[in-house]
Amino acid sequence: MSNTHTHTKYEAIVMGVSAGGLAALTAILPHLSDKIGLPVLIVQHISPDSDDFLATHFNRICSLSVKEAEDKETLVNGTIYFAPANYHLMVEQDKTIALSTAEPVQYSRPAIDVLFETAADAYMDKLIGIILTGSNCDGTNGILRIKQLKGLAIAQSPESSEVDIMPLSAINQAKIDKILDLNEIAPYINLIMVKET
Amino acid sequence: MNLNSKKESLQNESLQNEALEIQMLLEAIHQKYGYNFKDYAKAHTKRRLRHRLNISHLNNYAEMMHKVIHDEEYFNTLLLDLSINVTEMFRDPGVYKKIRQDLIPRLKTYSFIKVWHAGCSAGQEVYSMSILLEEEGMKDRSQLYATDFNELILEKAKMGIYPLEVMKTYTGNYQKSGGKKDFSDYYAADYDNVILRQSLKKKVLFSPHNLVTDGVFGEMNLIFCRNVLIYFNRDLQNRVLKLFYDSLCPGGYLCLGSKENLKFTDVEDQFEPIAHREKIYRKKRLP
Repeated sequence: MSNTHTHTKYEAIVMGVSAGGLAALTAILPHLSDKIGLPVLIVQHISPDSDDFLATHFNRICSLSVKEAEDKETLVNGTIYFAPANYHLMVEQDKTIALSTAEPVQYSRPAIDVLFETAADAYMDKLIGIILTGSNCDGTNGILRIKQLKGLAIAQSPESSEVDIMPLSAINQAKIDKILDLNEIAPYINLIMVKET
Repeated sequence: MNLNSKKESLQNESLQNEALEIQMLLEAIHQKYGYNFKDYAKAHTKRRLRHRLNISHLNNYAEMMHKVIHDEEYFNTLLLDLSINVTEMFRDPGVYKKIRQDLIPRLKTYSFIKVWHAGCSAGQEVYSMSILLEEEGMKDRSQLYATDFNELILEKAKMGIYPLEVMKTYTGNYQKSGGKKDFSDYYAADYDNVILRQSLKKKVLFSPHNLVTDGVFGEMNLIFCRNVLIYFNRDLQNRVLKLFYDSLCPGGYLCLGSKENLKFTDVEDQFEPIAHREKIYRKKRLP
């Protein structure tokens, strides 16, 4: 029987990460509880001719299932989706995935801004956006949109970031709700997402 | 209603109003100019229109609708916005390698082949195929058709002129695709641009064709339609795939973009996958 805790309102998590991403994601994804009950969408900047090694690798070491995002698929709770190399990852209003080969944004394809802005429109205040280590400013516009629609914004603390430019840019320009060290991020998500039973 | 849920419903309403205005704008474009974007993927359309809205100094899509109805130049700008014209020569080199290795030997058994590049954009992939067919000694036995709904981009495709700065990528792609020559044999460069050799255009027929509204196109042996279907909704995808099925000869090939596939589409059972990674399908012959 569940206790009296009100279940969280959040329905999706988006993450953006660039330089230093593999280590950062390794410190987060395997530590996410398999009970978080929402989809996690990730843009990691990678070279255009990469294959799906990120999804394959993390699927092996995570308790949540991890896959490369496919066009038109319906988002499933408890699944982690990676943007494919050389495609933008977007979320439609009906909570399905849309891919695009449109021009790079902030020199990036996939771009964090594209994921964050479309996911914000789809989930509004039920979205959690997380900006991690990186050496450019991609994601800042996306975080601004998430805050405009009253979602929750989290940034990796600059001190715990391998490269602090990306989280700093977001922190300087948007009203970030939580600044967390790398090893605090997964426990925090588990804390607010996992229903006590 | 508490304050938070009131705020939420206001946000919700403003996004819904925006979606309604976009719908009216697309309806106006359809009625006035005959181009139907109503079955395009919505997130894509909205991003492109929002970008144009911001740089046009308009306040909302209702104003944009007024402008597009009265200003044909502005419509042409929107038309370019709504079509994605990002591609490369020998994009996804593995695809061309597969075509060279697996499809060409089979296509050589035909006395003449027809190839259709549907949604050819500025022509990069058409000319790639032209080069491939020439190197495989099939140029004189083939005809390429290159179509796009956007006549401005089709004019660009006909010219075959590309910026010098992208040649490094194109050359790398060509080499990875199993190209047999020095890629610079295929173009002449000036300071900022390259122009492709005229002979590559000889077998290409460029013509306007709109996948949303136009009909069957010949008896094709091979159809390329790469990174076009992702911009369509499921209904439109199925209509266009039916069009491709009807335009292919039995045993003809369909080549999609690297993140597109026939899974869960109406024609899934009518094609067999030939190359999973390269997204090449073959139209089944009737039993």
